[in-house]
Amino acid sequence: MSDAIRRMKDLPSTHLLGTGTAMCAGCGGLITLHEIYDVLGTKTVFVNAAGCMTLLAVYPFTPFRGSWLYTAMASAPAGAQGVRDALDILIKKGRLAPEEDLTAVALTGDGAAYGMGLSATSAAIDRNLDFLYLCYDNEGYGNTGQQYSPATPHAAQTATSRGSRGYPGYKKDLFTIWAAHRPAYVATVIGAEPLDLAKKIEKAKALKGPRLILALAPCPPGWEFDPQDSIEIGRLAVKTGVWPLKEYVDGKVVHTHVPHPRLPVEKYLEKQGRFRHLFEPTRNEALLKEIQTAVDQYWAEIEHG
Amino acid sequence: MLTAAAAAAATGVRVFTATSSQGLLYAMEMLYTVSGWRAPFVLVNVSRGLASPITLESDHNDLLAARDSGFLQIVCATGQEVLDSVLMAYRLGEDARVRLPVLVNLDGFTLSFTREPVELPTPEAVAQFLPAFDPENIRFRASKPVSQAVAVLGGGPYSYFRYEIHLAAEQALAVHAEVVQEFAQRFGRDYGVLECYRSDDAELVFFMIGAFATKAKDAVDRLREAGEKVGLVRPRLLRPYPAGAMRAALAGKRAIAVIDQNLSMGKGGVLHSELASVLYGDKRAPPIVASFIGGLGGRDISAEEFYEITATLKQAIASGETPPPRLLYTETELRQVRKLQAIAMVERNELGDKR
Repeated sequence: MSDAIRRMKDLPSTHLLGTGTAMCAGCGGLITLHEIYDVLGTKTVFVNAAGCMTLLAVYPFTPFRGSWLYTAMASAPAGAQGVRDALDILIKKGRLAPEEDLTAVALTGDGAAYGMGLSATSAAIDRNLDFLYLCYDNEGYGNTGQQYSPATPHAAQTATSRGSRGYPGYKKDLFTIWAAHRPAYVATVIGAEPLDLAKKIEKAKALKGPRLILALAPCPPGWEFDPQDSIEIGRLAVKTGVWPLKEYVDGKVVHTHVPHPRLPVEKYLEKQGRFRHLFEPTRNEALLKEIQTAVDQYWAEIEHG
Repeated sequence: MLTAAAAAAATGVRVFTATSSQGLLYAMEMLYTVSGWRAPFVLVNVSRGLASPITLESDHNDLLAARDSGFLQIVCATGQEVLDSVLMAYRLGEDARVRLPVLVNLDGFTLSFTREPVELPTPEAVAQFLPAFDPENIRFRASKPVSQAVAVLGGGPYSYFRYEIHLAAEQALAVHAEVVQEFAQRFGRDYGVLECYRSDDAELVFFMIGAFATKAKDAVDRLREAGEKVGLVRPRLLRPYPAGAMRAALAGKRAIAVIDQNLSMGKGGVLHSELASVLYGDKRAPPIVASFIGGLGGRDISAEEFYEITATLKQAIASGETPPPRLLYTETELRQVRKLQAIAMVERNELGDKR
């Protein structure tokens, strides 16, 4: 018997995460979490860092059928370490039946994953911690009003980069930072591509060691778009090549989807209020070209080595 | 590190961890966070003065920065007491009436870099005193999913859970009395919430925590030989605060010298404030509760300084006026610092910066 996920119809039909949470309508992070949880299952303990999803579990409610531990902004991987070590000890000493074992999943936003929590993450990978790190990346500090984070893309306007050129920095490459540690697995996913996502979660689930699932999470209030467009914007992030779907395994990076032909990045940018200043009152051709060129160069290296 | 330790405790194993000084402050966010998880474990802190300036030897500002974190605090004066307190701390924190992490404090350098004989109990005797911990509901397992440390919205539920921590910490006083009694029966070493040394018939009392209190004991002996009615009261338990025991131990004394090896900038000694708050309004409270700061960054407190403190207390009794707080410092120390400053100035000038 093989229950490998190959086609859309292989995706789980039972949905495990409860509804009625405090997340915003159209939250790309929550869509991703739903899809991941369906594949990952309930034998999990989600070790959470401060972020939007901390409000998933508000006393006395939780949408999870498995377990949960809130830590703090910078230390979710350390929390996952404590849980993993304790479970290993309990099983080794015969105080916990092996079927009672759980997968430790660090669940954080980009503020923790790219910024404050990076030191704890790096240390956990060094120790070859057997855990899954799930980052929902909405490219800013969303639950405090979308201040920029190290994951904010170049030129995006945020609450703290309001000028006509938006955020002057460049999105930190967390995928490569993780891969440089030589962990068991690193993958980018997006909720708008559920089959690609499910295959990667299934692969990650079968591996041991540090594993990162980095999900781009379209954020209606932070990116300024209509909640109903969340999936469409996610698809455009992939089709324009802005969000490459890829994985690192066995020391190699493989792109699981190469968009061809790629749509112009404008198609993705023009749907979001955070990039409106690139089109109004006049088109900022120079900045649009800079963004397009960066994406073109990325794919040129992938396609032509 | 502290998150990992606490998460392991929350998963249902017995955990020990240790840190020191800056490390304790680095973990400060998690000290407050994990005490609310109500998953007991023991943390040893090796006290050391805090930056700036960065230094290596002991004082208690690190410990007192963690004062309100929800960790219970036991402050030790000798190596033997550290070992014994770690064992007792598990019993204290793991008790169903308490369920809080416990910080056991020892002084950096004074205790951590020196050696003294310590009697090690046999593993069998320890196992009898401290059997395996049954964490009951504190655990993660597949068949019984649980959410720990979840958020609350609004001050109502928040206050409820914070009050619960406070009340559990207060419960620890009664539990501590049971634990030290059993420890004394099994191992023959008797620890109270306070160590009272020649204080029963004393008129003047030194009040201080930590390893320097052993120097105070020596000073008490010498002062007694000189005819002074002096004693020492050394709190071992700082949280929960043993207010009743302190009032009783100091009742009817003529003057107290609180010697703080810490400094709350712009206020003074922390132990002094705390003691004054529980003595105020007590009919038998000593009329003079004077404040002295000493021992910062491992600065010695000499026998002569204990004599000087005694003389200051006697003057205060005679005049009926509490003396102003004193920062212990000698002329020799000041001369030495002036020398360092002179060297620094020469070096600066030789490097050509003649501003």
